[in-house]
Amino acid sequence: MRSVLDLKLLRDLWHIRGQAFAIAVVIACGVATVVMAFGVQRSLELTRAAYYDRNGFADVFASLKRAPMSVLADVSALPGVATVDGRIVRGALLDVPGAMRPSVGRLVSLPRTEGGGLNRVTLRWGRLPRPREAGEAVASEAFAAAHGLKPGSVVSANLNGKKRKLAIVGVGLSPEYVYAIGPGLTIPDDEAFGILWLDADAMEAAFALESAFDDLALTLLRGANEQAVIEGVDRILAPYGGLGAIGREDHLSNAYLDAELEQLGTIGSLIPPIFLAVSAFLLNFVLSRLLDTEREQIGLMKSFGYSGRTIAGHYLKLVLLIAAAGALFGVLLGAWLGHAMTGLYTRFYHFPLLHYELDIVVLVGAVLAAFLVAVLGAAGALRRAMALAPAIAMRPPPPPVYRRSLTELLGLSRALSPHGRMIARHIERWPVRAGVTSLGVGASIALMVSTLFFFDAVELMIDVFYYRVQHHDASVEFTDERGPGIVHEVARLPGVLAAEAYRAAPVRLVHGSRSERTGLIGIPEDGDMRRLLDEELNSVSVPPEGIALSVTLSRRLGVGLGDTVEVRALQGRRNAASLRVAALVEEFVGETAYMEAKALDAFLGAPYAVTGARLVTDEAHLDELYAAVTEVPAIAGLTDRRRAVASFRASYAESMNIALLFYVGFAAAITVGVVYNAARISLSERARDLATLRVLGFTKVETAVILLGEFAILVCLALPLGCLFGYAIAAAMTSAFESNLFRIPLVITVTTYSNAMLVGIGAACLSALLVARRIGRLDLIAVLKTRD
Amino acid sequence: MPAEFEIRGLKKVYRTGEVEVHALRGIDLDLARGELVVLLGPSGSGKSTFLNIVGGLDTASEGTVLFQGQDLTHARERDLTRYRRDNVGFVFQFYNLLPSLTALENVRLVTDIASSPLDPREALKLVRLEDRMHHFPAQLSGGEQQRVAIARAIAKRPKVLLCDEPTGALDSATGSVVLSAIARANAELGATTAVITHNASIAQMGDRVVHFADGAISRIVAVERKVAPEEISW
Repeated sequence: MRSVLDLKLLRDLWHIRGQAFAIAVVIACGVATVVMAFGVQRSLELTRAAYYDRNGFADVFASLKRAPMSVLADVSALPGVATVDGRIVRGALLDVPGAMRPSVGRLVSLPRTEGGGLNRVTLRWGRLPRPREAGEAVASEAFAAAHGLKPGSVVSANLNGKKRKLAIVGVGLSPEYVYAIGPGLTIPDDEAFGILWLDADAMEAAFALESAFDDLALTLLRGANEQAVIEGVDRILAPYGGLGAIGREDHLSNAYLDAELEQLGTIGSLIPPIFLAVSAFLLNFVLSRLLDTEREQIGLMKSFGYSGRTIAGHYLKLVLLIAAAGALFGVLLGAWLGHAMTGLYTRFYHFPLLHYELDIVVLVGAVLAAFLVAVLGAAGALRRAMALAPAIAMRPPPPPVYRRSLTELLGLSRALSPHGRMIARHIERWPVRAGVTSLGVGASIALMVSTLFFFDAVELMIDVFYYRVQHHDASVEFTDERGPGIVHEVARLPGVLAAEAYRAAPVRLVHGSRSERTGLIGIPEDGDMRRLLDEELNSVSVPPEGIALSVTLSRRLGVGLGDTVEVRALQGRRNAASLRVAALVEEFVGETAYMEAKALDAFLGAPYAVTGARLVTDEAHLDELYAAVTEVPAIAGLTDRRRAVASFRASYAESMNIALLFYVGFAAAITVGVVYNAARISLSERARDLATLRVLGFTKVETAVILLGEFAILVCLALPLGCLFGYAIAAAMTSAFESNLFRIPLVITVTTYSNAMLVGIGAACLSALLVARRIGRLDLIAVLKTRD
Repeated sequence: MPAEFEIRGLKKVYRTGEVEVHALRGIDLDLARGELVVLLGPSGSGKSTFLNIVGGLDTASEGTVLFQGQDLTHARERDLTRYRRDNVGFVFQFYNLLPSLTALENVRLVTDIASSPLDPREALKLVRLEDRMHHFPAQLSGGEQQRVAIARAIAKRPKVLLCDEPTGALDSATGSVVLSAIARANAELGATTAVITHNASIAQMGDRVVHFADGAISRIVAVERKVAPEEISW
């Protein structure tokens, strides 16, 4: 049989169900965030590890101009190297039937033995190209899906200057392109960029690389020194035009995954403590109030012989039940969110199989955290209940002693009506509760600010990267270095209003023990299509001497303005020079170095050459331009700003809107939880006073103002507090999310602050309304008959 | 003297679950303007229910209460609030002061919303509390608290002053001070006053004594020689 105390427990719980529910929801939000963020993180991590392992994802990657296959043996002989794979990787413009614009393709040679080599392709459907069959290719799955490619679909590609037709015979995935991002793009655009895998012999023949390779991947033995291997590879490949080897850490797709995993970890550890701390306080308030109202019952039970411990246990159970409900709801909500988020990830991250799995460690951790919070929240109140002597407990508690409030002592009282004084004194009578109410609402506003600010940041990133830095609306990349004359050819293409050639060279920047491989781009002193911005985002001219580094790059290298970095060219004569950092430039995306065009030419030492061109185009003739570029064999890539921005916005909008939806919900839950609970407690404590006011002839609205005015003030105090917190969380996030791929600017617009405050005010008003309805139900007669 | 209240056939039935409690079984009573009546009777006799209906805190199940010709029994809640605000002063057994306001502020609470109130200090002077006006309720004795409650009730210059066991929680000496305050308010402001008590010795301070028993008026006695509250003790 259920004990009487348990029956009492259930009835008590039913009595405070509204408040219990509100607290359980706040706990649930915290638990859900943990379950979602760490769950997705673990799922991604495990999926990635398994995929990398099964498909032989390489540890070190290197591109080069051309080397005979025999060189692979030298690389293989480096200590720590397990397997080496030489292959051909080339860029080409793809003409897909039915597509408005050409796409940028990456052509990759397949290993000669099926199931051999590294970075193995998983076939999703179809088959591999037949040996030596130059007209067949396997397409990356997302690219095929974006274009509706089916077996037998044909795409045209420029292979070494010759336009070839490639029949799609299969569709596959590779661990190298989990996050497939095209050149010049900031986010995957599956229509604009795709990978085609071709037969190795066919690639050799097409690119005149018989028994040679231009790209290398290798795996390391356990415990190998990656840095030493990278240096060894660079040494061996230097005579063959090696462009510098990189480890997994710098591999684009893998780096994006790393950044994502880190972001999930940051969210999982930054957000839930807010919810859990708020819940602990709420539990404390509600339990304290319950113990006050049940004071005489506690005395009675003690007089019957129930021990303090039994009574404390009884109330602890109540709190644990609320925590359990919150944890259960949180786990379900978190699993659902995790599932939804994983579903979203499959849009950007292409794994053969990615599904959300609720990790037991995460689950147990989150639930334990919820219980711990409940115990911590209840501890103080329970201690007081245990210490209460029965004789004292059975007497009514002493009446609350009010004092002149601080505001009055400061002489501000003259402005206050009796209503105002009641409000001020009540706030000052329970300062902790008032403080936590304000902080709680502030936390909810902060959460909103720190979520909404991403929209501001993304807009600024787009504005800076695509508009303030780029004053051209398209750019083309050449297959390799070309003579300067080619720019005239490009300028003559239909729809091109102006063209500015540029040169970009792979370099390694070294500062002390730090080293970064990056692109060094030339900017003509008199050119105006590519601008540099200083850290305050003001346009600055390219320094005539020295080197300009992006802020991200300078931080990675640990250099500042005026410091010297060693610049080693990775192509041509492979010149090296120590250059002064003459400018730090902000662009938020990528890490790039810049030099004045003529200075770059002088440094590289080779005959003047260009690697691409920036274009100003005529929108009316874009289709003709798109059609024409695929006919120019020298053009390997095309970036169209309008399209890039649209795809960037579309992708972000989708994932951000989902995140926004649940963070708005979560933030509102905190405010409702805090304001509703505090107002209910206040109503219960002051029911007699409020009923007296009604008896004296105060209307319901006037009476409600006295109760809720307090919360209006606390919410008003919370507004600036929340904005400030929000700024701090946003700052913590931007610094935690910073990677070599992008830097999120810390920019928060007035609109963001206003919207966040509006959500807070709206949620507070909703809770206030819920409580205000009860003022109408006050029993006016009963309160007059009872002693306080 | 014109009748301030005309009460006819007043009944009140409370339903709790399946039990019906007939708190008032048909009351007929007129209260004259400025009159002080004492309502006497054992607990459960219906006097508080009667006072609550007359004060606009509760509604009748049957019958009519006319205040200055205006029907209270069919008034909407908003109108009852307005009626209490403009016309009624209440004094309760447990004072019902707001603990977060000083004596003066408790009085001001009412004068702020009244149309032609007394000066709150004047009201406190009437109950001889001018020296304690800046004290909080927790700093005042029971009798002092009740005198603040009376000051609060009379400060709006009510047409009706309703007192439910005003001395119930007080000793004889303090109670007599409180009763004097009520009598003064009645005399000086001319408010129609009803005082509930189950203390028969108090009855002699009124113009009439209305005896309640089992939800009905058992008899009404006109007091021939009113006794000053200071002379009453119990």
